[in-house]
Amino acid sequence: MRLAAPLLVGLLFAIGLGVSGMTLPENVLAFLTLRDPGLLLTMGGAATVTLLGSPLVLRRDRPVHGPRFVLPTRRDIDGPLVRGAALFGLGWGLVGLCPGPALTGLAGGSPQVFLFVAAMLAGMFSHYYFTERKSS
Amino acid sequence: MHSPLLASLLGGALIGTSALLLLWLIGRVAGVSGIVGGLMTAPRNDRGWRRAFLAGLVLGGAALLAFDPAALPDQLPAPLPVIVLGGFLVGFGARGGNGCTSGHGVCGLGRRSPRSLVAVLVFMTTGVLAANILRPLLVGGAS
Repeated sequence: MRLAAPLLVGLLFAIGLGVSGMTLPENVLAFLTLRDPGLLLTMGGAATVTLLGSPLVLRRDRPVHGPRFVLPTRRDIDGPLVRGAALFGLGWGLVGLCPGPALTGLAGGSPQVFLFVAAMLAGMFSHYYFTERKSS
Repeated sequence: MHSPLLASLLGGALIGTSALLLLWLIGRVAGVSGIVGGLMTAPRNDRGWRRAFLAGLVLGGAALLAFDPAALPDQLPAPLPVIVLGGFLVGFGARGGNGCTSGHGVCGLGRRSPRSLVAVLVFMTTGVLAANILRPLLVGGAS
């Protein structure tokens, strides 16, 4: 039961990505080359739901399963945030894939998607190895 | 799909609903890169839900394929070296910027986080630059 919740939520998340068309890099690139507003509606639709719903959920003392809500608390804008987001955007705009659609896309069995995910994991691990590990 | 724009909006609502469900049920943020990254950095007893969520993503991909074989990409619109470069930048950047499209764009904006708003504006800008300027240079031709 403890793992059923995140499993089913992940499944629903992937279906949302598929319905929105964001699992396909062509659609993401059409947005980034300003030919199709779809992604704006997807992100706007998703953020509207969380904007309206989060305050209601956070009115609870704790989640249904688990001791407390684990939320990011920082509000400062720093160099690593801007640099990281900038690099992320470059990779996103080069291929048209971000982490959610890439992992969902693994189910399609495309060797190219596997290669993208492997490179993405290598990028995450490099960041951990060269940056986070040193500072902790 | 009758109207692609309606599908975009409906898909977005489903994504937002799943993010909300994850918060309500287990109190966690549905940021995909953070969930993956935690498999490398989080304490061992904080990894089970991450694996379950990621397994759900892939299962959801399989469910999509069952309804529409064209729902997932077969070929990526870039040559292999660009796929590797793009994937590496996405992974490295998402960890450096503490989030990706889902964590900042869906969850962070919903919580009115100023960090997420800045991150979204920055990655949208560099995404547009990469798609319009870098891609034609590295991939050639219009996508």
